Amino acid sequence: MEVPILKQGAFLIATFQAALSDADLNQLRMGLVQQVVKFRSRAVIVDVTAMDVMDSFASRTLREIAHMIRLRGAETVIVGIQPEVAFAMVQLGLTLEGVATALDLEEGLAYLNEKFKVTN
Amino acid sequence: MVGEIRVAINSDQDIVSARQKGRVVANELGFSSGDATLIATAISELARNIVSYARKGLITIKKVNGHNREGIAVIAADEGPGIPDIRQALRDGFSTSGSLGLGLPGVRRLMDEFEITSQLGKGTTVAVKKWRQ
Repeated sequence: MEVPILKQGAFLIATFQAALSDADLNQLRMGLVQQVVKFRSRAVIVDVTAMDVMDSFASRTLREIAHMIRLRGAETVIVGIQPEVAFAMVQLGLTLEGVATALDLEEGLAYLNEKFKVTN
Repeated sequence: MVGEIRVAINSDQDIVSARQKGRVVANELGFSSGDATLIATAISELARNIVSYARKGLITIKKVNGHNREGIAVIAADEGPGIPDIRQALRDGFSTSGSLGLGLPGVRRLMDEFEITSQLGKGTTVAVKKWRQ
């Protein structure tokens, strides 16, 4: 399953689907980093609103995406973690330390627009 | 629902189908959607352990009856290498294959009951239960 990556001005927006396999997540990780390079993007928003389960692999992949993108000099914001998913993540002991998060896509865009003072 | 659901675990794609089936069963048994998420997450971790450590195995999901209560049981069984030190594997932060390891302490927190048996060279079985509130 392909994750659509949308270019929105200086930002990229990747929207996760519910049933992503490990292979899909790995593919997305590479795809996102390549696109950040290609478009010289300043930031990436990863929208996980549709994800109904965030297990250790998915959460590790998100952290890795954020770290790789930071090494490129860009920023990652994870948006849309559902309350139930957040609860399960905490119980499981998963954290997204050092990765910016926002309530939803709108908040994520507002955060980045403020930070980079750009108008998309 | 039918007696029990079995999902053969052979690849990362099977992890997704096991947790989806687990959520369906949890919903059918009347679990809240929050609890169904905890159950699906636990199944995802258990199936992941099978793929990572034993390559293949079986996840069985079924209804269980207790004293005046109903619940869901998930059994993850494999014939993999087994766990040398179970107590260590149940400690937070323990890992033998990369940064997150077995995740068993987390699975124990997600569910109400947790049992593990493992024999070196024979395999591992993890049985967990959650009772409906």
